[in-house]
Amino acid sequence: MSIQTSVLGEVISRDQDGLLNEWIERQMASLGSRKEHASAAQLREQSRRFLSALAGAAGKGETDVRSQIYGPTREMLEVISTERARQGYTPGETAMFVFSLKEPLFTRLRSRYANDAAGLADLTWEVTRLLDSLGLFTFEVFQKGREQLIHKQQEEMLELSTPVITLWEGILALPLIGTLDSARTQVVMENLLQRVVETGSMLAIIDITGVPTVDTVTAQHLLKTVAAARLMGADCIISGIRPQIAQTIVHLGVELGDVITKATLADAFAIALRRRGLSVQRREGARAQPASAAKPGTAPNGQEAEE
Amino acid sequence: MERIPILKMGNYLLVTIQVDMHDRLAMTLQDDLTAKIVTHHSRAVLIDISALEMVDSFIGRMLANIAAMSRVLDAETVVVGMRPAVAITLVELGMPLKGVRTALNVEQGMALLQTSLAARDREDAPGF
Repeated sequence: MSIQTSVLGEVISRDQDGLLNEWIERQMASLGSRKEHASAAQLREQSRRFLSALAGAAGKGETDVRSQIYGPTREMLEVISTERARQGYTPGETAMFVFSLKEPLFTRLRSRYANDAAGLADLTWEVTRLLDSLGLFTFEVFQKGREQLIHKQQEEMLELSTPVITLWEGILALPLIGTLDSARTQVVMENLLQRVVETGSMLAIIDITGVPTVDTVTAQHLLKTVAAARLMGADCIISGIRPQIAQTIVHLGVELGDVITKATLADAFAIALRRRGLSVQRREGARAQPASAAKPGTAPNGQEAEE
Repeated sequence: MERIPILKMGNYLLVTIQVDMHDRLAMTLQDDLTAKIVTHHSRAVLIDISALEMVDSFIGRMLANIAAMSRVLDAETVVVGMRPAVAITLVELGMPLKGVRTALNVEQGMALLQTSLAARDREDAPGF
């Protein structure tokens, strides 16, 4: 508790409108290029409510911004910070909301304590500490808002990046894109096994064309997935192994065991079809490309010659 | 005492684990199964674990042991219907059950046993 802090409440309440005007002027100046985007009316309303809340809390003589009394003040700051975080303000611009209040406030304090230098110094210290704590609070909320956003995006990425595709009856494909870490492998593994149960597929092709690098950890994760699928009665084929990755795997001494590996997804699909007793054949007398689909001038002869 | 039933169907033995396995039950199953393979001259064992929700390293080892024991008694073993969670657990425990054959369901497991028995018959035939 401090008597000086209650004086602050008094100072704010006495000339709230004048203070508000000066403060908003300073805020507008600090916002710079964002001035056009910020709604003046909204800013004014927010600032006015913050000032009343602050005056109310400070008037009770409380100095700890974490206490109950500052609840409404903190709530206001939370709303403003989260909003600014979403609108792409920098943390500095967000915190300026509180810090720009210092100058007009100190001018008023000085005129009140014109004859009491010691009292002014004490009060200035108290108010600085109070406003700094509130400023730091906006930083924290801003940071928390950003972190939540990142977390949400990460989750969305996980969902996006692990589709399991049915290539044919009994043949699944799992095209992996991006780096495989433990958390992702867990999701991939669960998705794949779940789909194996749902579709009753005996074969799953894991395509790693989109995996940029394979280290021992990634290889370990892949082998675990293959082992789990095998335990359930499904065989896995790993495809899409690029030349560099083949070299890395050998250099690292990763033992892939009896896992079938293929260079491309097409090769893996061919072997999967053969395992299922299926084959792909060109129909008797059919052209490689239907004439209607072929562009005029490009004869599809070359492809037919291969057969 | 609680026991897991073992059904005989021609050359096959069928085991369906429908309750939570505990260690004593697992040991009893091992004894019963090996005894039945010998008395019925069974050539293949199918273990359905689709109702099994939890495994520990002991149960994992028991499955591997049963497969190994059956092999010694010249019977093929196939474990069918393992749940994804169970498979992940076993792999994380470092027990990929290398020697055990697996299938997705009873139907596919039966098909697997039939083909492998037929292949063995062909191999053995010229000797006689």
